[in-house]
Amino acid sequence: MQFDAVDRKLLSLIQTEFPLAPEPYRELGDALGVPEEEVMTRLKALMESGVIRRLGGIFDSRKLGYSGALCAMNVAEERISEVAGVVNSFAGVTHNYLREDVFNMWFTVLAPTRARLEEILGEIRTRTGIQDILTLPAENIFKIRVSFDLD
Amino acid sequence: MLTEQDKQIIRELQNDLPLVRRPFGAIAEKLGMNEAKLIERIKLFIEDGRIRRFGAAVRHRDLGYVANAMVVWQVPDDRIREVGPVMAGFKEVSHCYQRPRRPEWPYNFYTMVHGQTREECEQVAERIARATGLKTYRLLFSTAELKKSSMRYFE
Repeated sequence: MQFDAVDRKLLSLIQTEFPLAPEPYRELGDALGVPEEEVMTRLKALMESGVIRRLGGIFDSRKLGYSGALCAMNVAEERISEVAGVVNSFAGVTHNYLREDVFNMWFTVLAPTRARLEEILGEIRTRTGIQDILTLPAENIFKIRVSFDLD
Repeated sequence: MLTEQDKQIIRELQNDLPLVRRPFGAIAEKLGMNEAKLIERIKLFIEDGRIRRFGAAVRHRDLGYVANAMVVWQVPDDRIREVGPVMAGFKEVSHCYQRPRRPEWPYNFYTMVHGQTREECEQVAERIARATGLKTYRLLFSTAELKKSSMRYFE
């Protein structure tokens, strides 16, 4: 998808300064110098094309009481799609990437309790037969940036 | 503690905000509360950190950041407090976490580095290594995204 200058400014604004006001799209329009309807049309297009993955609240899982971990497995090349099917079947698995290393499948798991997290990993072990799952909960978070510069 | 209504609000805010003139009004109506109260509650969630950010999550691949490397580091325990903020200060680093070392994986620092190319990611890692004096690290480039979704809480 091609963006024009207005899209870029809009994407920038809604990542960092989304107006928490009764008429947010009108306020965005005022900031960009375009009518409210145009803001809504542009947002609709950016959402439909997938550039905007989501528009809403981005939560701090820990502050909501959830437990999480980064996990890694060593999966044989020919089993990748099968194992990914098992791993990705859990709603708490939000990210899963193949990476070039001995541990080649890296995924994140979130669960309402530590016990449920262990249970999910137990089910993954049982269903894939892969016993060795590196489980790496965050001990310190120094940075989480979720917005990207467009300029 | 979160009330049942708070959880309802969180459930609604993990859906896309409706593209109507008064989106918060629409959500408030659905939850049987008033618009001003809802906005106030959202602001409170932002203040107490439960909502880290309110707005859009974008696909960075679509913005030209096509290469991403997870750079893992071995940082001595007595340097953790000093090194964390230095790594976090790099604009190319989106995430920086300390995690436990494991016998088969002795790395305790994780930085996500984004760039337009692999070389760019490698150069960033080298700059971080120079800035921190750390020697032991490796880059794990992603070759496929198998899943990327937003967590749904309280469901």
